[in-house]
Amino acid sequence: MHTPRISSMTLTMTAALALIGCSQKEEPKAAAPTAAPAPAAAPAAPAPKPEITVKIGHVAPLTGPQAHLGKDNENAARMAIDELNAKGLEIGGAKIKLELVPEDDQADPKQGTIVAQKLVDAKVNGVVGHLNSGTTIPASKLYFDAGIPQISGSATNPKYTQQGFATAFRVMANDVQQGKVLGEYAAKQMAGKTVAIIDDRTAYGQGLADEFEKGAVAAGAKIATREFTNDKATDFAAILTKIKSKKADVIFYGGMDAQGGPMTKQMKSLGIKAKFLTGDGGCTPEYIKLAGAASEGQYCSLPGVPLDQMPGGKAFNDAFSAKYGQIQLYAPYVYDAVMVMVDSMKRANSVEAAKYLPEIGKTDFQGVTAKIQFDEKGDLKGGAISLYQVKDGKWEYRETVGGASAAPAAEAPKPEGEKK
Amino acid sequence: MDIFIQQIINGLVLGSIYALVALGYTMVYGIMGLINFAHGEVVMIGAMVALFVIKALAGLPVFVTVPLALAAAAGVCMAVGFTIERVAYRPLRRAPKLAPLITAIGVSIILQNLAMLIWGRNYHAFPPILPTSDHEIFGATITSLQIVIIVIAALMMAGLTLLVQRTRLGRAMRATSENPPIAQLMGVNINQIISATFVIGSALAAVAGLMVSANYSIAHYYMGFMLGLKAFTAAVLGGIGNLAGAMLGGVLLGIIESLGAGYIGDLTGGFLGSHYQDIFAFFVLIGVLIFRPSGLIGERVAERA
Repeated sequence: MHTPRISSMTLTMTAALALIGCSQKEEPKAAAPTAAPAPAAAPAAPAPKPEITVKIGHVAPLTGPQAHLGKDNENAARMAIDELNAKGLEIGGAKIKLELVPEDDQADPKQGTIVAQKLVDAKVNGVVGHLNSGTTIPASKLYFDAGIPQISGSATNPKYTQQGFATAFRVMANDVQQGKVLGEYAAKQMAGKTVAIIDDRTAYGQGLADEFEKGAVAAGAKIATREFTNDKATDFAAILTKIKSKKADVIFYGGMDAQGGPMTKQMKSLGIKAKFLTGDGGCTPEYIKLAGAASEGQYCSLPGVPLDQMPGGKAFNDAFSAKYGQIQLYAPYVYDAVMVMVDSMKRANSVEAAKYLPEIGKTDFQGVTAKIQFDEKGDLKGGAISLYQVKDGKWEYRETVGGASAAPAAEAPKPEGEKK
Repeated sequence: MDIFIQQIINGLVLGSIYALVALGYTMVYGIMGLINFAHGEVVMIGAMVALFVIKALAGLPVFVTVPLALAAAAGVCMAVGFTIERVAYRPLRRAPKLAPLITAIGVSIILQNLAMLIWGRNYHAFPPILPTSDHEIFGATITSLQIVIIVIAALMMAGLTLLVQRTRLGRAMRATSENPPIAQLMGVNINQIISATFVIGSALAAVAGLMVSANYSIAHYYMGFMLGLKAFTAAVLGGIGNLAGAMLGGVLLGIIESLGAGYIGDLTGGFLGSHYQDIFAFFVLIGVLIFRPSGLIGERVAERA
């Protein structure tokens, strides 16, 4: 009975478990075309009711390793909606009550399409999200097919808006802009003659690392090696040791804070002297907490300008922290995404997707993060990139690159005057 | 050369971490023939409890806080392990083997979500429990904590082997493992023995949790999942049910992963990169299972817990 033989069943179960790991919890309810859970979603037409409920879907990972960022996004969307409801909203002669429909995509592309279908079936009037590029891109097809406008506050992979979907918008500069600035910065300001690149193989990390590589090579740096990890890893000793043998001056990581922090710490304990540079995913207070003393002097970039230089940054920060605690990362952008969506509804004088969608493209909105206008693809016009460095355990603002010039995203114009 | 030695050390540390967790899997499997998939989550709970005790006692010297944290974590984990066995496995002891496997996955998801509710979704930075002094070995560096991890993994394996081979409890465990009804007829209270196995396994999980979190200075409600999966692989590689096999499998897996990530790119001329590091490990696993289905040293049944 207890022969130590491994039954094939056990192995099958392991495989099954590995699969479950990717798509656990959330039952795929999307299969049933749901009429029931949308009792109040009366389309704007029948107006005997004095009050119309407008559903706005929000998707971000609420479980899994990026849950802290996902909850931050959801809180921001909730805050925007609560504020608008409190003010009282009238569109098309009817009283509007906004309702947030929060969903969890676990930062998993498969789950992302499942919850997207769920929102489509629930007939939401618009979607804010998703958080990750990897989930946003496949989901955007479903929203496009259903004609539902989508505004992401944080998906920065260029592909999202390059698919030709009229429904896809983002209120943050994309990775073509960010990667190029980072690459130049590494080669010039950080004096990186040889740079090593690591990414986490997600649409975001890989996309940003690709653009970084282009930018760094164009600015004269040599790529020492390109290494890979994943978005659940905690041990980077092997790839860092390899990088050590290549003697890189700068290590760039395309990925999130949960990996970037421990990675920086392990760099230090392996005696690597290279400087560490990462994109917006690692530009969080969490990164400093996780890297500890090793974070001192390291760099990151963030699309947009720092919170205290944002037009409405201070007020937003005060209101948000009072309610939900410290801002993690993308909260102001998600807040703006909701505001832009509702602003477009107001201008169109309709909450129907088909009617207000054209108005989103014409947006000219003074948001918390910046003045928001979209180009023909749905990308933010003239997105600025800011660089930060850790000093005394805090991210300290260094400089902002680009911004005023309304550079079309994908074309990557060459000289993008660096303002000190 | 120093790079190669560094990669071996990296692998040894990673492998010892896998081994620490794998011991818990193998122990339960050896006695009950059951794979306790919730073990990774118990490791996570151990890490979380230890973290919060250390934080609560901040200011006291480390040699006071760490033992207290370990004691608290072990206590909580033992209670959790005991409860898991009572609630999720004991009622199913006569059920088909698939049933407890499913409840194990269920328990694992429940524990993960409970931890998320209790400790939140954020990553927690784990405070250093040893001074971060680096030691040089042939030009490679290793921290004090990493040496401690390797030593503790070896000590725990030796201690467990002694427990199973030399004590009364161990003899009862072996008897239960061999044939539960007969053991019962001989006066062994098998319910007690199985509970004891879970409690000991969970105490080991607490130690593993503290060590893993301290090494990576990070704790998170989700950390148990991948760790559990890798440790389970290590246990199977070495021969599940065999304590020395867990250690061997863990260290082997760690070294393969680390050498794979370090050299696969150069060896294949850039055709394969470090994203294929897991492939090497699983190739080896498949190879071993084809030629030795019971794992590397699984057949020496005498050593089995």
